Amino acid sequence: MSDQLQEIIDTLKKNKMRTALTGLSVSWGIFILIVLLGAGNGLKNGVMQNFSSRAVNRINLWPGTTSIPHNGLKSGRNLSFTESEVALIRNEVEESRQITARMNSTQTIAYRKEYGSYSVRGVMPAYFDIEKLIIGTGEGRFINRLDMHEENKVIVLDKKIADLLFRDEEPLGKQVKVGQLMFTVIGINSKREQWGGPNAYIPFSTAQTIFNPNGKFYQISFTVDGLTTEKENDYFNESLRSLMSHRLNFSPDDQQALWINNAQKEYVETMKIFGGITLFVGIIGILTLIAGIVGVSNIMLVSVKERTREIGIRKAIGATPMAILKTIILESIFITTFFGYIGMMLGIGLTELINFVMIQSTNGKPVTDEPQMSVFTNPTVDIGYALFATIILIIAGVIAGYLPARKAVRVQPIEAMRQE
Amino acid sequence: MIHIRQLHKSYHTEALSLHVLKGIDLSIEAGEYVSIMGASGSGKSTLLNILGILDTYDAGEYHLNGSLIRNLSEKQAARYRNEMIGFVFQSFNLINFKNALENVALPLYYKKVSRKKRNIIAMEHLDRMGLKEWAHHMPNELSGGQKQRVAIARAMISNPKVILADEPTGALDSKTTEEVMEVLTGLNGEGITTIIVTHEKSVADATNRIIHLRDGMIETETRKNNGIHETFLSPNNSTL
Repeated sequence: MSDQLQEIIDTLKKNKMRTALTGLSVSWGIFILIVLLGAGNGLKNGVMQNFSSRAVNRINLWPGTTSIPHNGLKSGRNLSFTESEVALIRNEVEESRQITARMNSTQTIAYRKEYGSYSVRGVMPAYFDIEKLIIGTGEGRFINRLDMHEENKVIVLDKKIADLLFRDEEPLGKQVKVGQLMFTVIGINSKREQWGGPNAYIPFSTAQTIFNPNGKFYQISFTVDGLTTEKENDYFNESLRSLMSHRLNFSPDDQQALWINNAQKEYVETMKIFGGITLFVGIIGILTLIAGIVGVSNIMLVSVKERTREIGIRKAIGATPMAILKTIILESIFITTFFGYIGMMLGIGLTELINFVMIQSTNGKPVTDEPQMSVFTNPTVDIGYALFATIILIIAGVIAGYLPARKAVRVQPIEAMRQE
Repeated sequence: MIHIRQLHKSYHTEALSLHVLKGIDLSIEAGEYVSIMGASGSGKSTLLNILGILDTYDAGEYHLNGSLIRNLSEKQAARYRNEMIGFVFQSFNLINFKNALENVALPLYYKKVSRKKRNIIAMEHLDRMGLKEWAHHMPNELSGGQKQRVAIARAMISNPKVILADEPTGALDSKTTEEVMEVLTGLNGEGITTIIVTHEKSVADATNRIIHLRDGMIETETRKNNGIHETFLSPNNSTL
């Protein structure tokens, strides 16, 4: 075996051009395949990331201004929410799960000599899961039910605010001044907002008491379960509008009285488009694999074809067809495996490099914390797919080498030697 | 050594069918030095290829060293070619990416002789051919005569019973032709049956027996007795 391996290596070394061209074809096929698969994955991950930054089953409600007279009331009425609407949704909307009221107030937040003007959000504990905030180990906690119940003056700061106010100091447990009142910092959120921000978060009950004595607010967010189709979501939106129209006394047909943003519906719609993208990427992958197979097969075919005379000579001096076949197949396996591996590593290397550059360009933050919308993220390929594609090409190369070799060794030696 | 009876061979293409050998009867004993002459298309190379089991025949019988050569498996044919026969071709048929030593050693690779041993044996044969210094040169660095001597060394390395040479001097000048014929004559002197296909009279004259083919049949045979050539007409113009 070692003598045969040596013979193969000698043959490959002494046919540098043929080996290099065959190898290049194999490497290139696998390299392109992996880069394309990576690009497809990058697109897929980009789309997924944009959804994963918030709960996909999220519904946002904003009261608007009525545009249709209703029940003896004129159009043009400005509507608002109170906590009873939160309770209504929690109790009456079967599909609802987590819910938060939201109110915004721009306030000056100060710590010693550092201060800045920031959006302070009064929110409920469910806000944390709905908006997928990130509070790491040792970075405290989010607002809880006790804070809500006791109207605690506690505050969670976005990391950017904490960095600006506290610089090198540890913020947790420190008092910051929000407007005229002192709040205790209980947590640091390291998720960065895609739009606006940075923000600070205080218990909704506290915010209502301090900044909003009339109890009115303008946003409710909640998550839903069980709405899997576009049709179900449309029906849900209409039912919700109808429910709220009774509560807030506006016409169910008045589209401007209540704004519903159903992320779940968008998600379902996008997933339909995304199914198309996945199919498209899959087709490109298969076509590229076929192109690779054709390329590798072609070069192996030509490579064996041009050796017909050599095969004739070897037969004339006593080589059995099996010995020749074995040599050619082992050469094919050697070339396709060696160069296929190089192509695979280069492909994986390039996709990892692009991913690394993308991560670096976000100041060392993982791309998932990137505040901007992205359509291309983490364009890397699962090693299993890469190996599968490489093995398929290797098998194709070997078959492509085997078939003409089998034909060539069946030819009478004298016929084979006449070939140029 | 070689006995053939009523050997027939035809080539068929879509356009035509060519009856190349039309019932050849021929016996060659061990150690004979034979040349086969004839015009182009007379069937001499076809006959040599059949003798060398590089090609098959359609009808008749061919016995080599007492064994009937017919319907051989590829493996059996390979074994005969490797152990019984050494080939020398007009176009040398060296493998161009192997150096002289590797070309000569190649038949031993298929006999599973170790690399080290086959290189030693190959070097001995090259030395015999006066090519020791050229052992590591590639074929394209050798002259025509050197290439043919490498090919002869390769033919000899398996200690064959028969050397078959198809126009071995066809691509060589007269001086090199003489050198190559000296080598072949020397090998025959060692008792190896040597059969040369040629169209050169000077080459044929070096052998002891000349078979003349014409239109796929043996026309005449010339034998050298005490340096004098005697020619016999084939009794039925195809049989001797």
